[in-house]
Amino acid sequence: MSVAASKHETRLPDLSRVTPVDEVGVEERVARFQTRSIKNESKVEALKLVLRMIDLTTLEGQDTPGKVRQLCQKAIHLHDALPGLPHVAAVCVYPTMVGVARRALGDRDIHVASVATAFPSGMSPTKIKLEETRIAVEEGADEIDMVISRGAFLQGEYRFVFDEIAAVKEACGPAHLKVILETGELGTLDRVRRASVLAMHAGADFIKTSTGKIQPAATMPVTLTMLQAIRDHYHETGRMVGMKPAGGISTSKLAIHYLVMLRETLGNAWMTPDWFRFGASSLANDVLMQLQKQATGVYQSADYFSKD
Amino acid sequence: MDTQANPLAFNDGWQYAPAPESTDHIRIDKKYDLFIGGEFVAPSSGSWFETVNPANEKVLSRVALAGDADVDRAVTAARKAFRGWSKMKAGERGKYIYRIARMLQERAREFATIETLDGGKPIRESRDIDIPLAAAHFFYYAGWADKLEYAFPGRRALPLGVAGQVIPWNFPLLMAAWKLAPALACGNTVVLKPAETTPLTALKLAELIRDAGLPPGVVNIVTGAGETGAALVRHPGIDKVAFTGSTAVGRLIMKALAGSKKKYTLELGGKAANIIFEDAALDQAVEGIVNGIFFNQGHVCCAGSRLYVQESVADEVVRKLKDRMETLIVGDPLDKNTDIGAINSAEQLGTIESYLKVGRDEGAEVYQSSCALPDKGYWCRPTLFTGVSQSNRVVQEEIFGPVLAVQTFRTMEEGLAKANNTPYGLSGGVWTDKGAKIFKMTRGLRAGVVWANTFNKFDPASPFGGYKESGVGREGGLHGLDAYVKLEA
Repeated sequence: MSVAASKHETRLPDLSRVTPVDEVGVEERVARFQTRSIKNESKVEALKLVLRMIDLTTLEGQDTPGKVRQLCQKAIHLHDALPGLPHVAAVCVYPTMVGVARRALGDRDIHVASVATAFPSGMSPTKIKLEETRIAVEEGADEIDMVISRGAFLQGEYRFVFDEIAAVKEACGPAHLKVILETGELGTLDRVRRASVLAMHAGADFIKTSTGKIQPAATMPVTLTMLQAIRDHYHETGRMVGMKPAGGISTSKLAIHYLVMLRETLGNAWMTPDWFRFGASSLANDVLMQLQKQATGVYQSADYFSKD
Repeated sequence: MDTQANPLAFNDGWQYAPAPESTDHIRIDKKYDLFIGGEFVAPSSGSWFETVNPANEKVLSRVALAGDADVDRAVTAARKAFRGWSKMKAGERGKYIYRIARMLQERAREFATIETLDGGKPIRESRDIDIPLAAAHFFYYAGWADKLEYAFPGRRALPLGVAGQVIPWNFPLLMAAWKLAPALACGNTVVLKPAETTPLTALKLAELIRDAGLPPGVVNIVTGAGETGAALVRHPGIDKVAFTGSTAVGRLIMKALAGSKKKYTLELGGKAANIIFEDAALDQAVEGIVNGIFFNQGHVCCAGSRLYVQESVADEVVRKLKDRMETLIVGDPLDKNTDIGAINSAEQLGTIESYLKVGRDEGAEVYQSSCALPDKGYWCRPTLFTGVSQSNRVVQEEIFGPVLAVQTFRTMEEGLAKANNTPYGLSGGVWTDKGAKIFKMTRGLRAGVVWANTFNKFDPASPFGGYKESGVGREGGLHGLDAYVKLEA
């Protein structure tokens, strides 16, 4: 059943009419993606695309300007031993580190993404969340990764969650808004699908699975459910929404499975960093190791790849 | 909503490089004889026929054509072997069947590759479904061999004698396993005739059975076409006929058997309804529709070839289905990424194409995915017919190809009435989020197998078979033993 198309972007849809999700069926579909055999030039192309889609992330209470500058250096110089590598899409940091990252990246085409809205719990008054968002944007954030109020969502207070997302979107101004559903706390794929529909109608530019602070973080079944919600939203409204699985994707193999899933669900229009991101910290080095292997035929020790 | 436009682009951009399964680990002989009395013997007919790879039309091997005298020789060998095999301690019989199952698992890759070469089905299916399920059937029935008194409490289950088994080309090895495993477990001996377009895995199975040390003559495999099958069915020395194939041939067999004491099971055609309610999980239902009709190129007797969608979601389901069809990869069956392989034979392709013409001539709307097809070989794009009714031939008749006829319904009663409005009754599917609806529908559907929120799921423990013109008897599970025993008090 489809949610009625709306001319007004920001109208709360009737979530009771969102199509149900069958978990067994989703898992079967995911298993099919994982049987795709990606070899040779397809693999190299996929690995380079994965690199371009990475939001290189550090979200720790112990983060310092020095740590963030190191991360930015890594974002710019992934692995200079291998010529012709692309750079990552963005670095993702806490609001207090946005300015540091912005200065470290200079005018390079690498975005600064900032988590906001009392990440990761979201347990702050809305006006503080809005203020935090505005500050992060003023400091130079190109993208804001907000968290939804899961407690309110689980209580059925959809109007509150919807209005909060819409308000943060407004506070973002020119910055892109990624809405983190924290699917590990939502419990069922039906709720994941409903939260996706709600977030997209409230104005999300991207929907994102997880903060990375809760287990499970991104999984393929959750991501497939969100991709299908994005596809239906596009069919209904003509508006493309991006997707960001985050947390738990640390190997090239798994990342390529995600690309297969993306390709066969949304098609090639979404296969760019403008519409798909990986929120990850250790994925990049595994991809680099695989690329090196494809180039030279042998695996190199992990010590040859910088860990920032 | 415009269901014609498909703004999602699936065909350009990042592509999957070819990932073919290698063929250097298999051996296919230039010529195969008949497997009779534990050894390969030349046919007295003195002739051999070719079996081709439907994906490139190249000849794979030449296979013996069994004439009446050869069939007679095979039945005699089976009769002779019956004395020992039926008297053997049941536990020992079970051990032989377990051994076949284990050896099949060990050589699974080889069997999967040959199955794909000979029949055209994608390696993903022969590797993940056909061969593992075939082994599972042998394992399952091996376990029953010494427990028949528990299957039929209070009675003695005695073997029938010699079983003549004729199997189709859509699941060559799996159908051989379905037939052989229960027959052997109950103490019968067998003469099996594989289909003429797909004899190779049955002949490899003959090698495996020989290597397993099964007493000579317990399993005999004779190759040939319809004439050979007819000779086997008519032979007075057999006690039981098991046939899987078309309803037309099933009728001939029933006529030939009339008045004889031979027991028989027939597993025939189908035109299954797959019924999607508006409250179903639609994205997963679309997967079920795809799996229901495009699995094994639609060469499946229980394929969900008639789709009924509740009208409030019909446009949406058809749109999702078209999106999904665009992502199906049609081509080299040996490629691990292929979803839909080659049509089994030039003859079957001709049948399918004649139905495509019938559908068009009857005024149905046709939609086919836009995939490219290889130059050589037999291919058919996944196809939808919309704008059809119960009166259309493409709705009534079994096409046995990747062709789906789509209709809508308004009420549960209407859906049920349309689903049952067919001479067939093999299988069906129901998709809804409501448990009560599932029970109501499954009670009302006249079909031997009904899947709820899934489709084309098989398990050796589950009986399979049809109502009406879809056949007689059940195969698989406890019910499958019944067809191979006579019961005494």
